[in-house]
Amino acid sequence: MSETKADKYLDIRGVVCPYTLVKSKLAIENINVGQILEIILDYPEASDSIPKAMINYGHAVLKVEKINPKEWIIQVKKEVED
Amino acid sequence: MEFTEEQLKRYSRHIILPEVGGKGQQKISNSKVLIVGAGGLGCPVGYYLAAAGVGTLALVDNDVVELSNLQRQIAHSVKTLGINKADSAKQTFENLNPDVNVVAVKERINSKNILGLFKDYDIIVDGTDNFPTRYLINDACVMLKKPLVSGAILRFEGQVTTILPGEGPCYRCLFEEPPPAGLVPSCQEAGVLGVLPGIIGALQATEVLKLIIGKGKPLKGELLIYDALGVNFRKVRVPKNSDCPICGKNPTIKELSDIPEQYCSI
Repeated sequence: MSETKADKYLDIRGVVCPYTLVKSKLAIENINVGQILEIILDYPEASDSIPKAMINYGHAVLKVEKINPKEWIIQVKKEVED
Repeated sequence: MEFTEEQLKRYSRHIILPEVGGKGQQKISNSKVLIVGAGGLGCPVGYYLAAAGVGTLALVDNDVVELSNLQRQIAHSVKTLGINKADSAKQTFENLNPDVNVVAVKERINSKNILGLFKDYDIIVDGTDNFPTRYLINDACVMLKKPLVSGAILRFEGQVTTILPGEGPCYRCLFEEPPPAGLVPSCQEAGVLGVLPGIIGALQATEVLKLIIGKGKPLKGELLIYDALGVNFRKVRVPKNSDCPICGKNPTIKELSDIPEQYCSI
């Protein structure tokens, strides 16, 4: 699979729920429709809940990848205006 | 807007709502709301708007806190007995949320000061307890084209409506003139269940927040009536009156008039 380059990167390692979602939501609000946000996180529940929440907001989840035993990368494409 | 870490925590449940988000929370923080009356209705309205982070919250009241108020006026306490109600509520709301600029206006609203008081605010909330003031507030909001969220309570029943001048009916479209003095009893004469203003005030605060974030359907052109004993919410449609003396095609009320003294029994 080819790598998709993100337009914005968000590092929320060390952040716990619900602030993982709060910070991700604010970050997606600040990019344009069609752009991609890449989130790196280490809070296990968020690797599941953030993709679900982003789909619920109407965005597309391009990738959820566990990059090492403790960290995940999630790519979200902004699909709708807030 | 860059939120501080404290604000991220405080407003997290708003920010994650799709209808609010960071942008909606920013609108709330930038908004200016004026509440007439820091009593039964003004206390819960102000409480929730302060919690929500409304940027500037003005409270207009020239009465002092009395023991008989504490059954329903939840922003006051035994520690503020004898203190002006706007000042008392200001202390409570500032303790709840230091982000909010709470302005205590220790005046009785009248035809001379009302336009000056209202002009700098985005939304007006009516939490008063008498008809002449209710009509004066309505007329001022129509003249200034300010959204007005109106509430009223008595015994076990309450009413709410949102008046958007130019878009929907006003209070005078519903009842052209106030009822004669003494016809409708006051809470002092007839009583009120203490929790009732909490429910009606919470509905008013909800309307205010919806207007600020621009989401949902405002309660315009409708009067919501809550009956606590029967547990009924019903909505009565209120048409705009083209002959309304203040918002009709040919308004006859061109300037504000003062409140006859005999009305103000509370």
